Amino acid sequence: MNKQQDKNRKNKDGNREGGAKSFVKSLKSEKNRAVLARLAKLIVRYRGLLILSIALAAISVVLQLYVPILFGDAIDELIAKNAVDFNRVWFYLKRVLVLAAASALSLWAMSLINNKMTFKIVQDVRSNAIEHIQKLPLSYLDKHSTGDMVSRVIADAGILSDGLLLGFTQLFSGIVTIIVTLIFMLSKNVWITLIVILLTPLSFVAARFIASRSYNMFKKQSEIRGRQTALIDEMIGNQKVVKAFGYSKKASARFEKINDELNACGRRAVFYSSITNPSTRFVNSVIYAGVALTGALIIVSGGLSVGGLSVLLSYANQYMKPFNEISSVITEMQNALACAARIFELIDEPEESADAQGTLDAVEGRVDIDDVSFSYDKSKSLIEHFELNVEPGMRIAIVGPTGCGKTTLINLLMRFYDADSGSISIDGHDITSLSRHALRSAYGMVLQDTWIKRGTVRENICFGKPDATEEEIIRAAKEAHSYEFIEKLPQGLDSMLNEDSISQGQKQLLCITRVMLCLPPMLILDEATSSIDTRTEVQIQQTFDKLMQGRTSFVVAHRLSTIRTASLILVMKDGKIIEQGKHDELLQKGGFYARLYNSQFQGVEQG
Amino acid sequence: MKRLAVYLKEYKKESILAPLFKLLEVVFDLIVPVVVAKMIDIGVAGKDRGYVFGCFAILLLMAAVGLACSITAQYFAAKASVGFAAKLRQAVFDHIQSLSFTELDKLGTDTMITRLTDDINQIQNGLNMGLRLLLRSPFIVIGSMLMAFTINTRCALIFAVTIPVLFAVTFCIMLVSIPLFKKVQAALDRVTALTRENLTGVRVIRAFCREEQSVAEFKLSNDELTSLNSFVGKISALLNPLTYVLINIAAVALISSSAVQVNMGGMLQGDAVALYNYMLQIIIELIKLSSLIITLNKSVACAGRVADVLEVQPAMRYPSEGERAPQESSSRAQSEYAVQFMDVTFTYSGAGAPSLKDISFAVKRGQTVGIIGGTGSGKSTLVSLIPRFYDAVSGNVLIDGVSVKAYTEEELCKKIGIVQQKAVLFKGSIRDNLKWGDENATDSELWQAITAAQAKDIVDGKEGKLDFELEQGGKNLSGGQKQRLSIARALVKKPEILILDDSASALDYATDAALRKAIRSLSGDTTTFLVSQRIAGIKHADIILVLDNGRLMGTGTHDELMRSSEVYREIYFSQFPNEKAGYEKSLLLN
Repeated sequence: MNKQQDKNRKNKDGNREGGAKSFVKSLKSEKNRAVLARLAKLIVRYRGLLILSIALAAISVVLQLYVPILFGDAIDELIAKNAVDFNRVWFYLKRVLVLAAASALSLWAMSLINNKMTFKIVQDVRSNAIEHIQKLPLSYLDKHSTGDMVSRVIADAGILSDGLLLGFTQLFSGIVTIIVTLIFMLSKNVWITLIVILLTPLSFVAARFIASRSYNMFKKQSEIRGRQTALIDEMIGNQKVVKAFGYSKKASARFEKINDELNACGRRAVFYSSITNPSTRFVNSVIYAGVALTGALIIVSGGLSVGGLSVLLSYANQYMKPFNEISSVITEMQNALACAARIFELIDEPEESADAQGTLDAVEGRVDIDDVSFSYDKSKSLIEHFELNVEPGMRIAIVGPTGCGKTTLINLLMRFYDADSGSISIDGHDITSLSRHALRSAYGMVLQDTWIKRGTVRENICFGKPDATEEEIIRAAKEAHSYEFIEKLPQGLDSMLNEDSISQGQKQLLCITRVMLCLPPMLILDEATSSIDTRTEVQIQQTFDKLMQGRTSFVVAHRLSTIRTASLILVMKDGKIIEQGKHDELLQKGGFYARLYNSQFQGVEQG
Repeated sequence: MKRLAVYLKEYKKESILAPLFKLLEVVFDLIVPVVVAKMIDIGVAGKDRGYVFGCFAILLLMAAVGLACSITAQYFAAKASVGFAAKLRQAVFDHIQSLSFTELDKLGTDTMITRLTDDINQIQNGLNMGLRLLLRSPFIVIGSMLMAFTINTRCALIFAVTIPVLFAVTFCIMLVSIPLFKKVQAALDRVTALTRENLTGVRVIRAFCREEQSVAEFKLSNDELTSLNSFVGKISALLNPLTYVLINIAAVALISSSAVQVNMGGMLQGDAVALYNYMLQIIIELIKLSSLIITLNKSVACAGRVADVLEVQPAMRYPSEGERAPQESSSRAQSEYAVQFMDVTFTYSGAGAPSLKDISFAVKRGQTVGIIGGTGSGKSTLVSLIPRFYDAVSGNVLIDGVSVKAYTEEELCKKIGIVQQKAVLFKGSIRDNLKWGDENATDSELWQAITAAQAKDIVDGKEGKLDFELEQGGKNLSGGQKQRLSIARALVKKPEILILDDSASALDYATDAALRKAIRSLSGDTTTFLVSQRIAGIKHADIILVLDNGRLMGTGTHDELMRSSEVYREIYFSQFPNEKAGYEKSLLLN
């Protein structure tokens, strides 16, 4: 996610130069218009608030800009000694107070409305995304990286929210400010207004000039920083190896070299980029001086009052601000649009096929696979015309070298993927006629890739059965031999878990406990004990044996004991089932299984 | 930031000059309204065009000088902040190098990396902004007030009242909202974690039919985030309208009292314009200041975290060369034991129960020791006490008859070669990697180690052989290849004590056996520790230590243990079930 943010940050920096022009260009593209339309649809839900927000923005801006005029009028009354008309002064000042209060109120109300709209919209988007993710087919989720999707839901939605908020609050009021300022200035003096309009672009030119110079510096800086981060990742990430080999001093020296480079380059990059503000300020000061000069000259010739000049001077100061704001808003919006596109892409992904309504009661455990073909990649055939009839209580062992596609079968049984052709049925019901929940509740599954939820041990164990009693939990934990280590944790069952707090083997024990608690009618075990030591494994095996008694089970097996006692062995290689039968039959056949068995068996004996 | 101030020392000059030049710029900024007032009061009132042009020229000149000052200030600020960050980064990196395993465990890799990268960058930003702006805004605010006093004391009193009120309002709002921002961040972290969980656990969630609950849990956190966000938004939305109203009230008071002053003849019209302009400047600076303070606040939080890392003191102290008692070094040669454990108990910091309890054994020089036991039985912990990665809580670990605590870090590092469970290689050539063991090793020594580690065919098969470039983390090698090269790296050291911590798990049986044979034939003096889950890996060791749940359950040779140790027999039969009649015939495949 961090990388994504980096990328976004970089985009932002890069875009700053492009500004309004590229935004207009990007609006012209078909895709962006579609995204904008989607975004508009989300916003339209809050159209009442939106209209109110725009109205409030207009009110507060006009009032805020009118206030200096009133002050100017008041100042004009301060002519000279004994010539001040206090009634007139107070007439203006009272108005100032009323208008300022009204403007502040509408500004506040507008902020509240904008906050509410953006946060609600982003909440909607995030909730939609997660709801949708749980309905997406696994084929999509398997193909896309988790980091990328998390970054869409979190980082992209965050940038969208920032962009929207800024857009709502600043884009509109910025435009109103510019227009109203121009009108007010024109009402005071045409010539001075022209000077301001003609000179302002100068500051943009100055800013662009510097930005393009510092861009290369920043590019070099981020390249050096990238190298430094890589070194940090490598050394600090493996600090224990560094220590074990006494490499610390060398590591420090290598770090110092890059760090010095970064220092030299960073200093220049930071300096160049920080010239921008003084330069635009300088241009603004020149404009200010210009306005003062022209104003003074015009007053001398009688075309302007002193109060009028003070109004113009304060406008000249203010006039630049909305331009700077709008250009940064546009960059921000452009970014937000790109991010919105990425989220919509996720949300628009087609969902899984509709769920059927069939239910299963009292599962016996007969599984029939009839002429099933399946492949992940349609150009490469994988499982073809697969036939298998499993009687209730049978134990099916799936063996084969790593990466042979043993999990494909599990994907099909659990309906994580749908078969391309043929049918799979349970107790005579085609699984596509059952609801996915009905089908999946019939299985208990322990995967090689252990997954632990952030939460307590208890929450993790009760994942499949939230209403389990304390006794049930403890019994399951004892049966799965996880109770020993759970007891040792600081708060026992209520200890918080995260990715790193327990070992891989312990995670596997927890996953087994999770299934033990549910006692489903059928089992799927995928190399469930690969990270557990052999002695504990033997103990768990006994539990499994007990659990498998009378239950149809599919086991991706590495243990000969499981394989030998299996009712049927499926030998898989390169995603295909190349042999099937009982242990003895397959040995006699002298095929792939026999070779596998012999090599492994001898390997162990040789010790 | 205070705790980190030492690293700014070298940039003392810059850190003083930067705000100073900024101050100069401010002075010019502040004179502008005065010049404009003069332009009106003298030039316009006296219809003196020459005077007006003169003022204009002064305004331009001040703008130019202001620009020069400002650029100088930016330069010093950039130099100081970037230089400071570089120094700090180096200091943190070096500090981490000095920490022992206990502190490394406690800090965690991710934390250390974030501190070194994001946090320090954030501090650099904050310092840079701070040097440039932190003084500028107060200067302008205070300066405006002082200038107001030079114009008219009575009117200036309004400034004196307004400024503290504005400050109070701004800081109250920030004081309330900053801690709330932290809460928002925590809520966002939670939402992120749940998103990740929904994705990584998708198979399990679906298998247990928990899609709806997972989504519901997410929505709950998401709601919380939104309501927190709205709450903070409500508070910070107060800032602009409130300050706006306040400044206008002040300006109204200012103009009405100016009216009195002008009427009394104590002040001119142009002065009123100037006072009004100063008032406007205050509000602009105040808004800038509040956004600056938010940035600074973030940096200060980061600085606190970085300082915390720097304050973590290594719990372990190594004696320096001179400190070691002379009789200890003389007793070294006399001891026949290379490694001795005497009643050693060890508990990881923060753990509830000890990982090793009352362990005693002795190993003679040149012996091979096998260590076997289940997951979490304490095998790796035991061997990590030998190179003193951790200190025993009680009891003694002796090497050559002398406590490990009496050795310098270099001595221990030289004596002991350890191959850790996870094979880690670094970006660079194979030669670079192997030389971690011994900087001065010759190529032939490297090849010797490679051959013994059964890695000759790997290196031979690579283009450039020893010069073959590994990617970061050795990604362009397989797990088994990495393991063998990391064993070779330890062998290059020619250690007196060699520890292989379950480091042959990715090797097939034949290679594993050949490796063990090669290690046995190493110079007779090398004491070897083999940690393994596989009986086959340690069966031929001179002594086998059987660990269970942190306790030593048996010591002896394979045959002795088969007779005497129930735990050892259980492990043995779990791997060689055929050997036990009547025991279920099961074996580990793969």
